[in-house]
Amino acid sequence: MSTATVAYLGARLIDPASGLDTHGDLLTVGEKIADLGPGLFTGGAPEGAEVVRCAGAVLCPGLVDMRVFVGEPGFEHMETLKSASRAAAAGGVTSFASMPNTDPVIDDVSLVEFVERRAREVGLVHVHPMAALTKGLQGKQMTELGLLKKGGAVGFTDGDRAVGDAQLMRRAMSYATRFDGLIVQHAEEPALSRDGAMNEGVVSARLGLPGIPATAEVILVERDLRLAALTGARYHVALVSCASALEAIAGAKARGLPVSCAVSPHHLLLTEEDVGNYRTFFKVSPPLRTEADRRAMIQGLANGTIDAIVSSHNPQDQESKRRPFGQAAFGAVGLETLLAAALDLHHGGQVDLSVLLRALTARPAELLGLPVGRLARGAPADLVLIDLDRDWTVDPGRLRSKSKNTPFEGRIFRGAVLRTISGGRTVFVREET
Amino acid sequence: MQPAAAHAGLDFPHRHLLGIEALSAAEIGALLDLADRYVGHNRQIDKKLDLLRGRTQINLFFEASTRTQSSFELAGKRLGADVMNMAVSSSAIKKGETLLDTAMTLNAMHPDLLVVRHGESGAVELLAQKVDCAVINAGDGSHEHPTQALLDALTIRRRRGRLDGLLVAICGDILHSRVARSNIRLLTIMGAQVRLVAPPTLLPGAVQTWPVEVFHDMRAGLADCDIVMMLRLQTERMQGAFVPSIREYFYFYGLDEEKLAVAKPDALIMHPGPMNRGVEIDSAVADDINRSVIREQVEMGVAVRMAVLDALSHHLSNRPRVPV
Repeated sequence: MSTATVAYLGARLIDPASGLDTHGDLLTVGEKIADLGPGLFTGGAPEGAEVVRCAGAVLCPGLVDMRVFVGEPGFEHMETLKSASRAAAAGGVTSFASMPNTDPVIDDVSLVEFVERRAREVGLVHVHPMAALTKGLQGKQMTELGLLKKGGAVGFTDGDRAVGDAQLMRRAMSYATRFDGLIVQHAEEPALSRDGAMNEGVVSARLGLPGIPATAEVILVERDLRLAALTGARYHVALVSCASALEAIAGAKARGLPVSCAVSPHHLLLTEEDVGNYRTFFKVSPPLRTEADRRAMIQGLANGTIDAIVSSHNPQDQESKRRPFGQAAFGAVGLETLLAAALDLHHGGQVDLSVLLRALTARPAELLGLPVGRLARGAPADLVLIDLDRDWTVDPGRLRSKSKNTPFEGRIFRGAVLRTISGGRTVFVREET
Repeated sequence: MQPAAAHAGLDFPHRHLLGIEALSAAEIGALLDLADRYVGHNRQIDKKLDLLRGRTQINLFFEASTRTQSSFELAGKRLGADVMNMAVSSSAIKKGETLLDTAMTLNAMHPDLLVVRHGESGAVELLAQKVDCAVINAGDGSHEHPTQALLDALTIRRRRGRLDGLLVAICGDILHSRVARSNIRLLTIMGAQVRLVAPPTLLPGAVQTWPVEVFHDMRAGLADCDIVMMLRLQTERMQGAFVPSIREYFYFYGLDEEKLAVAKPDALIMHPGPMNRGVEIDSAVADDINRSVIREQVEMGVAVRMAVLDALSHHLSNRPRVPV
């Protein structure tokens, strides 16, 4: 085990879990945070320590992303664990949950172990597999939830597929309570969303595209919240996109149910209008909704109804995207723009920085049961150093991800990752531009 | 007569015709004026012109079509183009050939004009971004079918002398209809008043944001209309999916003498074809020579497509000089 000592000098230390926000220093020894606080190195950095001068940049816990589609095994031409890990490191993400939508599907303990082993071989950031909730993502038969959890699965989900069968969902939830498993749902009533290509509304009517009504999301969220109440399961809506679904979740939380939800930057910054004339890079699932919905997402984030911001990183190659809109694949990459996109709300004065960072670190770590996401003595040395005010332009050609399907092409973001530290080791340093 | 010569001043700034949405009232008016001249031209014995001599027109149809494809073929040939029909079988697509592979193949053939029909909304626009020639949308999914709207407008204008102020009812499967979307746009731009008549399941949810009046009761919708435009209802959409049965659909939304009686006495009946007699339209009404202009629409189709090819040819590189 590494015992390298690194001294981070003169940073703005932010720990959203404890509310700490102070100018100070931080020391890591090996894979842990050894100490932190104001004036830690007034007598000089410890002998033999590597020194990183932070010049007032924000030093906070590395980001924890609950929703990343990888592509390995089976779709390595779109993304591998290595390219996804590099993208994560560049985005300040030190832990992510990988989705089971691979070939083969991650629905067996040996496959969970395969993903963990491959990620360890890459050795950049921590990858925690979520396992399939149903065998082969077929929505018919429960997977071995208990064994999968024991093997390291941090949650159970059919990824970008909804579990439509209420009986199956009820039993999976009920069974998962035995070991406090997290049930993650892509909330979209299949019968209402099937064949849909974008949000049902003014734009879909104009373009002549089959729509996915917001009602499809609300119906499944409301059903699942009832089942969560019935079973007591920990239930998480993978991505919330419409105001009415958020309302339902807020109601359930007010009743004390152990439910949670996440949002993606796409639904915080973009709307159905961005689809314009069939721009397939804006085809995501759930679909981009209306401006009113977008505002509701921001408000939900600010008031704590939304627990986490996730990249919903979903790499798709040209073949899958350069198609007529109805035939194009859903999904957008997002690991490398996650933080910058979230910071847009900080700069716009819409959401407090500490609230944003909490939704990117401590809260998702808590939901996944990971010991990361905080700045504290003895906590894992997973850190990110951020220049809140550095402008940069999204250039798909420079993304580390193998797939370049970003809806933010050409967008100028304010706020950049300067350095990412995973397990005490620097895994990314921003090149000066 | 050389219709092309008469429009030396035609101002049509578009490289492609992808939809009605991008057109102004003046541009639509100019296209209709030009098409009007081609109607006269087409009734002559010698119909051959050399406006497009040396030009290659490819009709690329991903969806089978008899009348639209033959109409474009005739239009191109009458203007002197070399016309090739390419039917892209669904098997080629199943083999994995994408639309963009097709575009690359086409570019290598150096066509000047490409007429495209595709089952997916937006597919023609996508293709237009990737090919080097002028592209005409001959129908994309449920999006647009601009030449159909133009030929409908020409038919109406020749019969009524204007579009402005007319009351037009469009009846049937609005939700899936590209003909409806193009017609609603065109008629609205040209100052006509549009009514939609359909069951709620065959209307888009956002229809209330459109500049139209919506009716679920056909008699109420047809009252005092100048024009009754029927749409084709795909049979696969009638078996309980969108409406309960053909019988029920015809009872409430089929055009027959009785429902037509509430429209203006000289109301015109239109249909883009092919008709499902006994489903959306009664045979007696469809064949009423005093009111049905369905055959006339076919004639206007060729003229409109000639006008469109003519207008777009002005932006082709090295355009041969048109004798003035």
